[in-house]
Amino acid sequence: MAHVISDLSKYAIAIVMAIYTFECFAVFRHSNEEKRSGIYTRQIICMFLVHFMGFAAICLETSDVTYIIFYGFQQITLFATIALFRVIYNEANRLIINNMCMLLAISFVMLTRLSYEKAVKQFKIVVISLIIGLLVPFLVKKLNFLKKLTWVYGFVGAGALLIVMILGAVTNGSKISYTLLGYTFQPSEFVKIIFVFFIAGLLTASKDFSQVILASGAAAIHVIILVISKDLGSALIFFVVYVVMVFIATRNYLYLLLGIVAGSGAAVIAYQLFSHVRNRVIGWQDPFNHIETSGYQIAQSLFAIGTGGWFGMGIYQGDPTSIPYVEADFIFSAIAEEMGVIFALCLILVCTSCFLMFMNISMKIKDEFYRYIAVGLSITYIFQVFLTIGGGTKFIPLTGVTLPLVSYGGSSVLTTIIMFSIIQGLYIIRSKEGVKDEKREE
Amino acid sequence: MKREKNRQEIPETEVPVKKKKKRRSVETIIVTYFFVFLMLAMMGNLAYFVVTESEATINNTYNTRQELLASKNIRGKILARDGQILAQTIVDSEGNETRNYPYENLFCHIVGYSTKGKTGVEAQGNIHLLTSNSFIGDRIKNEMDSTKNYGDNVVTTLDVDLQQVAYNALGVYSGAIVVSEPSTGKILAMVSKPDFDPNQIVSLWDDLISDDSSSVLVNRATQGLYPPGSTFKILTALEYYRQNQGNVDSYSYQCAGSFVYEGHKINCYHGSNHGRVNFQKSFEKSCNSSFVNIGISLDLNQMEKDMNNLLFNEELPTDLVSKKSSYVLTAQDDTYDVMQTSIGQGKTQMSPLHLNMLTCAIANDGKLMRPYVIDRIENHNGAVMKKYSPSSEGTLFTTEEAQFLRELMAGVVENGTASKLKGLSYTAAGKTGSAEYNGETADSHAWFTGYAPTENPEVVVTIIVEGAGSGGDYAVPIARRIFDEYFKK
Repeated sequence: MAHVISDLSKYAIAIVMAIYTFECFAVFRHSNEEKRSGIYTRQIICMFLVHFMGFAAICLETSDVTYIIFYGFQQITLFATIALFRVIYNEANRLIINNMCMLLAISFVMLTRLSYEKAVKQFKIVVISLIIGLLVPFLVKKLNFLKKLTWVYGFVGAGALLIVMILGAVTNGSKISYTLLGYTFQPSEFVKIIFVFFIAGLLTASKDFSQVILASGAAAIHVIILVISKDLGSALIFFVVYVVMVFIATRNYLYLLLGIVAGSGAAVIAYQLFSHVRNRVIGWQDPFNHIETSGYQIAQSLFAIGTGGWFGMGIYQGDPTSIPYVEADFIFSAIAEEMGVIFALCLILVCTSCFLMFMNISMKIKDEFYRYIAVGLSITYIFQVFLTIGGGTKFIPLTGVTLPLVSYGGSSVLTTIIMFSIIQGLYIIRSKEGVKDEKREE
Repeated sequence: MKREKNRQEIPETEVPVKKKKKRRSVETIIVTYFFVFLMLAMMGNLAYFVVTESEATINNTYNTRQELLASKNIRGKILARDGQILAQTIVDSEGNETRNYPYENLFCHIVGYSTKGKTGVEAQGNIHLLTSNSFIGDRIKNEMDSTKNYGDNVVTTLDVDLQQVAYNALGVYSGAIVVSEPSTGKILAMVSKPDFDPNQIVSLWDDLISDDSSSVLVNRATQGLYPPGSTFKILTALEYYRQNQGNVDSYSYQCAGSFVYEGHKINCYHGSNHGRVNFQKSFEKSCNSSFVNIGISLDLNQMEKDMNNLLFNEELPTDLVSKKSSYVLTAQDDTYDVMQTSIGQGKTQMSPLHLNMLTCAIANDGKLMRPYVIDRIENHNGAVMKKYSPSSEGTLFTTEEAQFLRELMAGVVENGTASKLKGLSYTAAGKTGSAEYNGETADSHAWFTGYAPTENPEVVVTIIVEGAGSGGDYAVPIARRIFDEYFKK
């Protein structure tokens, strides 16, 4: 009986997820948060249903009540996050909060199914991250001096990456982490935020040609360090974020063109120079004929997605652990395998709606520095989503980055929650600006 | 709505500010659209994968999920087009599963086996056979009884009667037969000999794999490569027709039983002397001398290009496991190779399935249908889960070319080497071949490929009988027995 129920739950989960996703876009029909209120309530119901049904299936399949307690803690955490944001920042954007919680809920379900131990570890970090996240909008509002630290960001960011490159432990062939007090940190995750602040600071100060050259040089240092550390995914993210920020700040299409040309050139050079880049491309082009070597991960990922089909195999019915690094780099494939491709497509749309809301917010911010930060963080987010899902579905070569908020990885989830909260803070400042404007107009 | 209202209320002086704000956003909007587009493209790619490629992908032997499914579901049945059981899993009282093939040797290659690796339909339909779409009531019941669910059944396009006739007709010879429906690409029968009993595969295994000479396990119909012999004259004739813009009426040749050119000599089959022949008669009588004469007049670069378009040197468009046919003649090769190739000897190698597909396209006005053997997937209760429709693989010949070749092939039955198909209750057309495979000796494989009825082809038969002799004597009678069976209904 348990199998049949958990088997049927996948259809219910897919349908509820589809409703949630629809509401994500219905939000954009209304221009103010009050009119959206009904949508948000329905979303919260959907979110709790998906979370509940996911854990119901886990409990039924494993017949283990420990999961109920774990579920309870998660439930409280998600509820508290939504409530506290409402109480502390009543002008906060609720779509961003909902989406953040939804993605975390999906992450909890899938990580618990993959590895209870890792899920618990991740959960602890999420709780800490959410507490930090709650403070961030307040800090953004108060700490005006943040605008003046441009070069500090540059040196701290590049410095952190450099130290990792030199001293860091070798993991997965990429030197991308520090280990401190038993926890492994990936500085490249945090530097993503610092880097956006750095470029935003530079471009706010001036948009002259010389300043752009300066920004390019600084960005190049970051990217080169990352490429040498074999962290290709992060290198690509830094580069794209930098090009887009320069383009939006200067409004100069020539810079965009130059960026694309330089990027393509660098890609070709990297392909010629590094065997690990070539392997990624080979594994992408024809994973099944290189299944023993560079194509293994992609082939396993495609088996998972393909076997799952539209509605998935059902939670615990698939074999997602056959994919190496499934909790981090291939969580999307595991979700597609067990919860179905329809659910997975909805997940992509939820991420896209976050991005649309971020860009929407950025367009309305008057302060240049803040606007550039909003743009930079939005691109960082969506491009990372693109790299990881695109890599796992054989749309682009694999780069080995995490799916923000969903993948296992403390640095990644903490960074993403901070990013979401910074944008939340900027949104709140913008709302205040709006109020001031209206007063002035009167 | 609200914005519009605001706009009306804004005093004129505010307008430039508004404009400036809009200007500021253009780049942001471009960037936003670009990334949204990327996400949509990625979603499209994923959906496309699920719809078109995933089925072939997940059948890969590296996919560990197959074992997972096997532990949960009892492997489904493989059925003939009329519902006869070709393969089933029998579960004994202790829960031991045995795969059973009621027709024993009859379908051993096309249906295949599922222990000791998987072949044929057992391999192609593996995921479906292992997946259960039983109705929910059954599944609840099975869960209560803690028994396994029944996997889905694979219904094939195979016809038991035709298969039986073809199998018997090939007799003790090694060889292969493909019977198919040109308008759809359905495989109705496929025989390969020597054969084996798939029920005994485990005990036979060591003998089967140690015997290198007879390659019992190879499905010769799809993976056997043979010199096409005179059946290749269909393509030589096509090439002449193409290179002379359809003008073949003026062709004439005086056959003296052999053709000598630049010191090389090619004989007609058994030294026959065909006298004065036109194009039609050259084909009907399968006159080697005349076809060598035709062959050396051809533009070989064009020929190479055309042969590559006719599926040589590439994977055949089908889900059946097949070998690539090869056509390697280039303009640089010496004259003897050219002469040999134009009558289907030389280095050209073809699989019976490939020749069958070309014949199907000729019979189907030039359009090639993808050959397939799985018609639909049904759940244990018989409800259709998935239906495979015929799909076109494009046009190989123009309507005129197909018409031209069909006239030639009809003549072969009326006045030529396949006269054993003349004067029956149905009309037939085709081309024989006697492919010499052992140097200058008389050993030859007997070929026939053809269709019936002539006017409106319904069925295509391709036959090779290894080492039997001439196609007209050994392959054509087999074709007749198959056509007889087909039109009996």
